Amino acid sequence: MNSNFLFLKNGTAAPWSDVPEMEFNYFRTEILKKMGSCRVLAFFALPETDGTFLLTAVLGDPQAQGFLLAKSRVSGKFASLTAEHAAFNRFEREIYEEHGLLPEGHPWLKPLRFQNVDPGVTDYFAMLGEAVHEVAVGPVHAGVIEPGHFRFECMGEDVYSLEISLGYQHRGVEKLLRNGPDARTPHLIETAAGDSSIAAAVNYARIVEALGNIPVSPEIRTIRQLALELERCANHIGDLGALAGDVAFLPTASFCGRIRGEYLNMSAELCGNRFGRNFVTPGGLTCAVDQELADKLLAWLNRVAPELWNALDLMFDSPTVLDRFENTGTVSAATLRELGAVGMAARAGGVACDSRKDFPMADGLCAEPVEFSGSGDVASRARIRYEELKKSHEFLFKVLKNMPLSPAVLPELSLLAPGMIAVSVTEAWRGELCHVALTAVNGKFRSYKIIDPSFHNWEALAMALRDEQISNFPICNKSFNLSYCGHDL
Amino acid sequence: MWKALKSRLFQGHRTGKFPVSAPPSLPPRFAGRPEISQLSNSELEACMEICPVGAFTTADDKVAIDTGKCIFCKKCARVCRSIKFGKEYRLAAMKREDLLADGSAYTPPHPEDRQLAEICGRSLKIRQVSAGGCAACELDFNVLNTLAWDMGRFGIQVVASPRHADCILVTGPVSKNMLLALKKSYEAAPRPVWVIACGTCAISGGIYAGSPECCNGVEGILDVDLYVPGCPPHPATLLEGIMRLMGKKSGPEVK
Repeated sequence: MNSNFLFLKNGTAAPWSDVPEMEFNYFRTEILKKMGSCRVLAFFALPETDGTFLLTAVLGDPQAQGFLLAKSRVSGKFASLTAEHAAFNRFEREIYEEHGLLPEGHPWLKPLRFQNVDPGVTDYFAMLGEAVHEVAVGPVHAGVIEPGHFRFECMGEDVYSLEISLGYQHRGVEKLLRNGPDARTPHLIETAAGDSSIAAAVNYARIVEALGNIPVSPEIRTIRQLALELERCANHIGDLGALAGDVAFLPTASFCGRIRGEYLNMSAELCGNRFGRNFVTPGGLTCAVDQELADKLLAWLNRVAPELWNALDLMFDSPTVLDRFENTGTVSAATLRELGAVGMAARAGGVACDSRKDFPMADGLCAEPVEFSGSGDVASRARIRYEELKKSHEFLFKVLKNMPLSPAVLPELSLLAPGMIAVSVTEAWRGELCHVALTAVNGKFRSYKIIDPSFHNWEALAMALRDEQISNFPICNKSFNLSYCGHDL
Repeated sequence: MWKALKSRLFQGHRTGKFPVSAPPSLPPRFAGRPEISQLSNSELEACMEICPVGAFTTADDKVAIDTGKCIFCKKCARVCRSIKFGKEYRLAAMKREDLLADGSAYTPPHPEDRQLAEICGRSLKIRQVSAGGCAACELDFNVLNTLAWDMGRFGIQVVASPRHADCILVTGPVSKNMLLALKKSYEAAPRPVWVIACGTCAISGGIYAGSPECCNGVEGILDVDLYVPGCPPHPATLLEGIMRLMGKKSGPEVK
């Protein structure tokens, strides 16, 4: 285990100067060596005033239950890691797109978010031959969803390849976060991916608390976790309902559409906003949680939970639904591992990665991770959500029955410690959401990186379509339900 | 089939009473239309400093909160007692200037012409275009299709192509990367076409206003017929707004 990396626990900070600066070849070799037991959480370049860049790697080490950090100074170009490990693909494309720093030997440096060229204008993977046809979809889709461009290369009914081209949602979030925190910062964080606002706010709060040395009461930590589980429930329920809808199983689709709303309304009961916005804040909470509110939520959950299980059991007992889910959109554990997939989609394929277990917070508060082994098909990605809902409900009931109470706590924010790096990972409903913040000498953010779980998983969705029919795209897509905005930032 | 029927009986009839016979049920902490009473200069300064989106305006010496910019974070109400976010969910307006919330009494403004009702009858086919943003507006628009809200019963329907649409509903601050697709979708719709700017981002750019990667919303790109404030707009706000655009009467007031 003895390594030259800096070791950091989840939700803590260290001086930037403590992150060892390695000679590049050594840096590259050490990272690749670690990739057997670790996964890449963040990999980015920091521009320096002299025109060089500091390549920075944050690896997650499940055995050591924390993060490994290192940096290396490069200029102009560096030897790509993607050829050795596909998990670096998007990180290196991002580095090239943002800084022009060339990852030499990268297999295909396509634009990631089309920051410098017109959107969608690039060369695509193409299949040639008389019987081949190409189906291009998006950026504007037929449903009410975010924009993205999908190209299916088909032979007869079969999809040979799906290529996903994103960037349409690019708003420049990370650019706007630089030189923060300011009045806008928490809102940019919460809307990086609007369906994961609470996870993002929890992560941001931990980062600022670590950098500003702000204490937080255990009551507040528990209440945050409760909000996070409500968010997980709402999203899983919505997606299970949508999956039912996509295979025309209308009862569960209808029931879940309504039941999802109950969980959003529970979040709104906490703070007024159905997406839990403006609730979790560094060092505190914007709204009080009193006994009356706790009782109301408990009674609410007692009423809704049986309706939820009824709606879901109906679907999971239905052979016609299972027949459509099983062996559809299978992504093997080997492929998931190779691509660096994370979260419930990876776990559904038998890859053990759960940040709640791998990088636990010191307080240990969270819903219990699900023990699950599946084959990586749509059925496993649906089933794992059902199991996670069970665990979330156990947690919610446990907390609500003995609800910690707290007044609204809004501490004056002190200046952040200068010249520090802080890393926080939260298991959001899709998977691990990673925030990395670096402060400059004035205590302002020199860089704030957001790595949405979707960033790791889009390639896995593309793989799920191999040898499938296009008509199976909706359920494959819904089973992952990846974030466009969280990827595009 | 018996199982499904049994479930159906257990789940019960769940379509909400809103907007037909009751106001929407809103959470106690719901942030509706802001109400301003007398603001001192120092209070105003404090509000302007804390507001993440610059929603305070002082045109004609009248202090107002521009709900086309406001994200309803309630930060100003916490530093200043003269500001309250009330229960008024009927925030949508047909004119940009009607989005200014000052101290005066409020009733939601009605559409000036009834052209939409004359041409489209009792239906409205909507093509939604996501143009940047965080997907929350899309999610809460989708909610109107669930059985709890069931907008279909009012003739409101999402169509797959702009070619079939009477109306383009835009969400997001219009990222530069979606500008062309948005314009093309608009051009593809038959005329006349109505435009809804759904959510603070679509109205003014919201918290992405001023970003070099965005266009500060739809204004200046398309002519907007309905502005629906909120981050994201509550489904009740959106449904009430769309129905008013269709010439139906205003939704019931929350007392």
